[in-house]
Amino acid sequence: MSAQSIGETEDTGVVPDAPLLEVDDLYVEFRTRDGVAKVLNGVSYHVDAGETLAVLGESGSGKSVTAQAVMGILDEPPAAVTGGEIRYHGEDLLKVSAQRRSDVRAEGIAMIFQDALSALNPVYTVGFQIEEQLRVRLGMSRQEARKRAIALLDLVRIPNAARRVRQYPHEFSGGMRQRAMIAMSLALDPEVLIADEPTTALDVTVQAQIMDLLKEIQTERRMGLILITHDLGVVAEVADRIAVMYAGRIVEYADAVSLYRRPGHPYTAALMESLPRLDLKGHELKTIKGLPPSLLAIPPGCPFHPRCAMAQDRCRTEVPAEYRLGLGRTSRCHFAEEMVGGV
Amino acid sequence: MTDPTIAAQADSGGSYVTALEHADGGGTGKKGKPRSLWSDAWGDLRRRPLFIIASVIILFLIVVAVFPEWFTSADPNHRDLSRSRQTPSSDALFGYDVQGQDIFARAVYGTRWSLLVGVGAAVFTVVIGAVIGLLAGYFGGAVDGFLSRVAEVFFGLPFVLGAIIILNAFRSSGVDSAFALVMMVVFALSLLSWPVAMRIMRSAAISAKQQDYVKAARALGASAWRIIFRHMLPNCLAPILVYATILLGSFIAVEATLSFLGIGLRDPAVSWGVMISDARNYIRVAPHLLLFPAGILTITVLAFVMLGDAVRDALDPKLR
Repeated sequence: MSAQSIGETEDTGVVPDAPLLEVDDLYVEFRTRDGVAKVLNGVSYHVDAGETLAVLGESGSGKSVTAQAVMGILDEPPAAVTGGEIRYHGEDLLKVSAQRRSDVRAEGIAMIFQDALSALNPVYTVGFQIEEQLRVRLGMSRQEARKRAIALLDLVRIPNAARRVRQYPHEFSGGMRQRAMIAMSLALDPEVLIADEPTTALDVTVQAQIMDLLKEIQTERRMGLILITHDLGVVAEVADRIAVMYAGRIVEYADAVSLYRRPGHPYTAALMESLPRLDLKGHELKTIKGLPPSLLAIPPGCPFHPRCAMAQDRCRTEVPAEYRLGLGRTSRCHFAEEMVGGV
Repeated sequence: MTDPTIAAQADSGGSYVTALEHADGGGTGKKGKPRSLWSDAWGDLRRRPLFIIASVIILFLIVVAVFPEWFTSADPNHRDLSRSRQTPSSDALFGYDVQGQDIFARAVYGTRWSLLVGVGAAVFTVVIGAVIGLLAGYFGGAVDGFLSRVAEVFFGLPFVLGAIIILNAFRSSGVDSAFALVMMVVFALSLLSWPVAMRIMRSAAISAKQQDYVKAARALGASAWRIIFRHMLPNCLAPILVYATILLGSFIAVEATLSFLGIGLRDPAVSWGVMISDARNYIRVAPHLLLFPAGILTITVLAFVMLGDAVRDALDPKLR
């Protein structure tokens, strides 16, 4: 609903038929005392209504930074966006006025944080925090906002919502907090929901519940969902498309089915091999040797080559281009075709 | 100041919740009331003997300060030189001073000025320090650099020397009302003490700023003003409140020091410090001139320090 109202405002750069949210060739640097860390080096992805994009990668691969850049909550300085575009309905959010940017973000794009305890303000009740947005953004009265907040808590299946709405975050359990966080993010009817490792801090049974809930709400509301995670299990269940990130680049971009059937990048393959498997019980679990590169000194050539089992001389000097592997599928590996074509 | 209102808010929303109603964990409070940090701290404080003793003393002092006439019928300014330096008797509980004035009556009437200086200076210090600290902590970078350097300049001034200079500068301005005298001392004390409050607030603000709820508020397009005062301030209050309580006690003592040096309060604002100052030449011949005001001062300072300790124990998340 809010989408329409945003789309209809005059003198905006909204382009009809453009993807819902599109990150195009985004560069972000962190200027630290030790030097300039190139955190994002040309990241591009997009998400459409009703679609789930999973962004996969180790810590420090830039998956959260991309999300923070989209939300406009990078700490600047030290962070700085040095290139690229973030388009929402075709309108570049990095170029519009600060006011419009924050309006668009507030009403069109919402974010769920990893640690719901620190994402909820401990001195206010859960209800108050949901209501604050409704009152400030939509001009609701206290009573209306309270009703809406209870309905939202109901929606995310928090039992006794009418009572829970008056409680403080520390009185919620981990799973309940994450549900409250989801309720909060849904308050303004966003078109895009960015979930930054929404289940990492939770135990396994609760993880499944939260993922189911997210998936269900997303389908119901036809939201675009960007799911940031390092959990391949979660990704397999919910993602339509997957972007695998390494050292600030998307190294593989593919639909979930083909990626799982045959990874197009050695890094993706290594990630999948490092998952514990019941049918290989007794075997030693494979790991990816080495550490992710320091972003202050990204290795020349393919950034993954020091850890890659397939690395050749060419990989040490030549940065792999983006190879197209069929419809909408890309890989940044010199041997992408061999990987997919079967060895 | 804020804490009772927040605690009251929390209490008013009380209702009963049973643990069984929530499959997924649920409320931690046995009483089932929504519990904020402040209402939690209050529940904790009520059970601390230290807090109760300190509060009783402080409440009593406040009553004395507001209604001194309830506690003595003697006129604190009535002079009877024939009674000069008389020791305590049933007539005058604490005896008479050099001028033949009733020490008990003077101590009772002096409560008001001593407390006013303490409270006024503590409030001023905390308000200045908190606002500057929040701004420095939130904006960081050049703003922080500038404000922190300014704070360091003030921090570097020797306290007593600074106070002597400031108060001397204003002394000749011809202010004579008791209130103006108090304000001068309050101003001098706050001006020299805000840097510590600022540092406490700045570090609390820096850590609050990293929290995701501040990021979430920014993502929702909240203004800097809203984030600072709505989201960060309530989370940064605990350490500064503790500091303020202890500071209050020490300001009362500092006022006595300044008055003793002859630059603090003076007639008509007769504080305990002024009484101690008046007694300084007669300590050996008539020790009661010194002992009574000094004893009251010590008890008062102790009460505030005890209160600060109790509040810190209740609010410090590491001990909870």
